[in-house]
Amino acid sequence: MPRLTIAPAGDRALAIKVGDTISPEINLTVRNLAIALEKQQIPAVLDIVPAYCSILINYDPLISSLNDLTIKIKELGKAINDSVVESPRTIEIPTVYGGNYGPELSYVAQFNGLTELEVIDIHSSNDYLVYAMGFTPGFTYLGGLSDRIVTPRLQTPRTEIPAGSVGIAEQQTGIYPIESPGGWQLIGRTPVKLFDPTKNPPVIVEPGDYIRFTPISSEEYERIASENNQLEFEQTNQ
Amino acid sequence: MNKFIEVIAGGLFTTIQDLGRYGYQRYGVPVSGAMDLFSLRIANLLVGNEQYQAGLEITLVGPDLKFVNDNLIAITGGNLSPALDGEPIPMWEATVAQQGSILTFGDIKDGARAYLSVAGGINVEPILGSRSTYTRAKIGGFHGRQLSTGDVLSNSPVPSRIEGRYLPQKFVPQYGHSHKLDVILGPQDNAFTEKGINTLFKSEYEITTQSDRIGYRLTGPKVQHKRGADIISDGIPFGAIQVTGDGLPIILMSDRGTTGGYTKIGTVISSDIAALAQAAPGDIIQFRKTTVNRSLGKLMKEADIIKRVAQLAPSFFSKQHFTVSLDNENYAVETRLSPEAAPSSKRTTIHAKVNGHSFSFNVKVEEQNFT
Repeated sequence: MPRLTIAPAGDRALAIKVGDTISPEINLTVRNLAIALEKQQIPAVLDIVPAYCSILINYDPLISSLNDLTIKIKELGKAINDSVVESPRTIEIPTVYGGNYGPELSYVAQFNGLTELEVIDIHSSNDYLVYAMGFTPGFTYLGGLSDRIVTPRLQTPRTEIPAGSVGIAEQQTGIYPIESPGGWQLIGRTPVKLFDPTKNPPVIVEPGDYIRFTPISSEEYERIASENNQLEFEQTNQ
Repeated sequence: MNKFIEVIAGGLFTTIQDLGRYGYQRYGVPVSGAMDLFSLRIANLLVGNEQYQAGLEITLVGPDLKFVNDNLIAITGGNLSPALDGEPIPMWEATVAQQGSILTFGDIKDGARAYLSVAGGINVEPILGSRSTYTRAKIGGFHGRQLSTGDVLSNSPVPSRIEGRYLPQKFVPQYGHSHKLDVILGPQDNAFTEKGINTLFKSEYEITTQSDRIGYRLTGPKVQHKRGADIISDGIPFGAIQVTGDGLPIILMSDRGTTGGYTKIGTVISSDIAALAQAAPGDIIQFRKTTVNRSLGKLMKEADIIKRVAQLAPSFFSKQHFTVSLDNENYAVETRLSPEAAPSSKRTTIHAKVNGHSFSFNVKVEEQNFT
């Protein structure tokens, strides 16, 4: 267990630093500490936001002071046993690569001196660890992109990227869970809904899971997408 | 559920907000909620609601709203000249909006965001535990969006209502156009040079037009980093002052992303965020260094005001109506007893309106009968 550094992040939040590198080991400690904190049900704690190697805690200082919480968190940290690991889940994300679904697949291939098929093969043969979720609803910070398909961001970000778009930005790959602006190189799209606010939890992937992209055809994409729509239609008309 | 408001015009940006959506930041869902939480809390308490109930956040240009039934409402926060059927109504005070009356807004007299609460609270389906609107993901509030013409809102029926509750004048915030904000350094203050930190605290910054519920972009002297502005993405608190590669601060507000990859030099303390939420483009910001302990004093003062409004018997905060006979003429008198005119004091000052004119009377209290 690494030494925890705890610093104020304003008068209603504190930042716990577990380490300062992106590594599966440090991230495991982050997740275990976040779970341990959750289980404590500390009345002052409003929210727990785990990231790569840190956790932000929102708390009510009129219930517990920074000092009291610091002591409590350090005690909890000592009790964490990182040798106990739940077997991680692997979530398959069916993805159609290229064409209108991934307009930059050819650019990514060209940039890395590969064929489009090679890019698809490399991208879909790795399992990616979900280090954290954040920034926007349902967005996953993934680790494990092959050096062979690393590609810089777009020069000019797009104003609208459809939900489900799969992209690459430098050493990162990820999925846009909701329609949003952004500068990633888009290589494909998944019909799977990664964020659904009517469900609790609103996501199908959680930190600690692995993601595997499975190539599908555009027919398959349309079939899954229309099934989703049908399901939604039935739910809203019950 | 009662239909209670018909939206005639939505205004610039009117959304349903409560105290925010906590518990889902780990999935990337922003907290949202009122930018000025103090004003929403007080608006709720004035109409007899719980502090956490949903109200309307009204930005700069207010909406036109028609009341379907009689309703008790309170408007707090920025003074956008609210009027019922063309008659100006007071801020920070519970007022009855009669059936069929139309609430409008006008000139911006102070601040930027007004909060409207109605007895019973605005009733929309909570999403992930909150009624706050987050327009970017189209969740919460009224279909996840700002209000527009033709929308109809509902509230929960309330058994009884307390009229005339108001916030004593001495607690009513004055916002102005120059804001001094207390800041707690960190968590990444060590990513900045000493010169950079001095620049932040010794300079004036102007709020730019690139400011919204996500954050306020400032312009002014550049804050110097030691090496760079990038960090491994981590969680972002309300009021965080993020400094990106261009050296200019951005203060992150209610709809901020839950995590981000830029250095955060400090955080504006929560009791100063209300004033910041009332700031508009062109306003001037100055940062002052404080500590967690010192910020607690301010927070407790704010909590005390909220507690007093929540706990004091309605009569203390209510208008009283009397008829006074003077030289055989009857006058209708409206008084406001301040909380200082508590039963223990034998002599007190009563501010009263007589036929529309304001007077102050020094009175001796012989009998207490505030009902």
